[in-house]
Amino acid sequence: MNPPATASLPADPFRRGPWSRVAAIALVLYVIYACAQLEVSWARVQTGLVNAAHFLDRLIPPNFSRWELLAKGLKESLEIAVLASALGIVLALPIGLTAARNLMPAWASWPARMIIVAARSFHPVIVAILFVKAVGFGALAGILALTLASIGFIGKLFTEAIEEISLKQVEAIRATGASFASVLAYGVLPQVFSRFIGFATYQLDSNLRNSTMVGIVGAGGVGGTLFAAFQRFDYDFVCAILISIITLIMIGEVLATGVRAIFIGNATLRDLFRRGGALPHERYLEDD
Amino acid sequence: MAGAAPPAPVSAGPASTPPPRAPVAERPWHRFSPAQRLARFAVYLVIVAAIVLSIRAVEVIPEFLYDAPEQMVDLLTRMWPADWGHYREAVHDALIETIHIATLGTLLALILAMPVGILAAHNLVPSTPVNFAAKLILVSSRSVNSLVWALLFVGIFGPGALAGTLAIAFRSIGFVGKLFGEALEEAQQGPIEALAAAGAPWMSRMTFGYWPQVKPAFWSIALFRWDINVRESAVLGLVGAGGIGMVLDSALNLFQWNRVAVVLTAIFAVVIAAEIIVTQVRKRVI
Repeated sequence: MNPPATASLPADPFRRGPWSRVAAIALVLYVIYACAQLEVSWARVQTGLVNAAHFLDRLIPPNFSRWELLAKGLKESLEIAVLASALGIVLALPIGLTAARNLMPAWASWPARMIIVAARSFHPVIVAILFVKAVGFGALAGILALTLASIGFIGKLFTEAIEEISLKQVEAIRATGASFASVLAYGVLPQVFSRFIGFATYQLDSNLRNSTMVGIVGAGGVGGTLFAAFQRFDYDFVCAILISIITLIMIGEVLATGVRAIFIGNATLRDLFRRGGALPHERYLEDD
Repeated sequence: MAGAAPPAPVSAGPASTPPPRAPVAERPWHRFSPAQRLARFAVYLVIVAAIVLSIRAVEVIPEFLYDAPEQMVDLLTRMWPADWGHYREAVHDALIETIHIATLGTLLALILAMPVGILAAHNLVPSTPVNFAAKLILVSSRSVNSLVWALLFVGIFGPGALAGTLAIAFRSIGFVGKLFGEALEEAQQGPIEALAAAGAPWMSRMTFGYWPQVKPAFWSIALFRWDINVRESAVLGLVGAGGIGMVLDSALNLFQWNRVAVVLTAIFAVVIAAEIIVTQVRKRVI
């Protein structure tokens, strides 16, 4: 005879509810419908695979003979990324601070939140199109587009970080009769500094990635060279450009990890080389 | 410092019972060691140098900057009134196609990223070379921008939504796989050891040991990536990979700014809607 206690337990704790089955069926139906809409068929995939073989054949070996053009584009991308990050961070700090609802009154925080939402809603490449119209072709359009993207991203995360701080320290500083600026400097900023370094380095990384792309719409950087090479079916040069971009991005990632190790992990320069600056990335920051 | 220690101060009063202790040499407290300060200073120096060099080297034509406000006003007057009739003609279908690209791309990425994420998790596959190879796949997927993936797939499959879907999927593999692998590595070992002790095969350990633990993380990664992909799929059309970007591209090439305004409004609405959906689903389900 079974003891009566087991009778109260559900027969199978892993049994799925009826809704998950409905959701699974709906998902399968959607995939079939959407594939039909997009005209995805096996025949297309097959011809594609033949094309892919040709394509890869022409992609390799990479052709670095026009390295001067490549270096010029990469240099411009790097400049766009550095300036856009600097400008974006400087502008995002006051906006993010104003948008924090625990420090600011509603009449100040709502407009700032609207700016952040507006800056975040468009992809940097679309923003770059508008800036190309406003300030003409060239690096300036790229800088302005990525600055706006940085304001949106850093502003949002900085606001969230400030809204999560402990107010006890803020109150303690306020109780000493400190001015608002002192409350910020001693009560608020020390609590968010390490997270801020995380966003800032991540944003530099992300701007580096996007600065190699805004050239597709004429906003400067190596993207223009890449797109032109693609349209001329110059695939071996395309391969060279892609290899250089990936290398640049990986170097950028290593440098960003180093900066995080120094500012968050209090590492010295020697530590960086010793343990390779192994710090965990901040979760959920990747959205370029 | 020891040789230059100051003489002990003469204690006041008659010889008291506890003998005066040797005074500690006065040493100001520093938050960081000199080496740490040097590292910070080096970073500041590099940042300032990079900014100064960039400002000096970047090619900005000032005349273009001066008439920027004028150009902006010109842009807005050309955009307004927007050609709302264009929405029904072309924008609506392209918008739906964009959402299909984002959704199908995300689903494909989830399917492709799961095995790679499992291979990257050291507690599931205790082999460093395999973990390294899986992580290399994830890193290379992430370092190539979705526009570049789109260019590559347009080269292979020709222009259209198929290229866009694959571009979104391949760009997302790295993101989903990395976060999924990290979630697996953080799973509690208790239930898994219990299952292993009961003689459960690998598949049962996965479905009853790991999956219930990583399920919330998995769905929230999927939702988060879908939100990003809705934004990204809107631009893929600029390189011919289908969706609303293609409508935007043709309107831009013909300088039909009143149509561009419609397209931008539509993208804005979809992005905001996606964000609201994700927030609501996350609040209710996860």
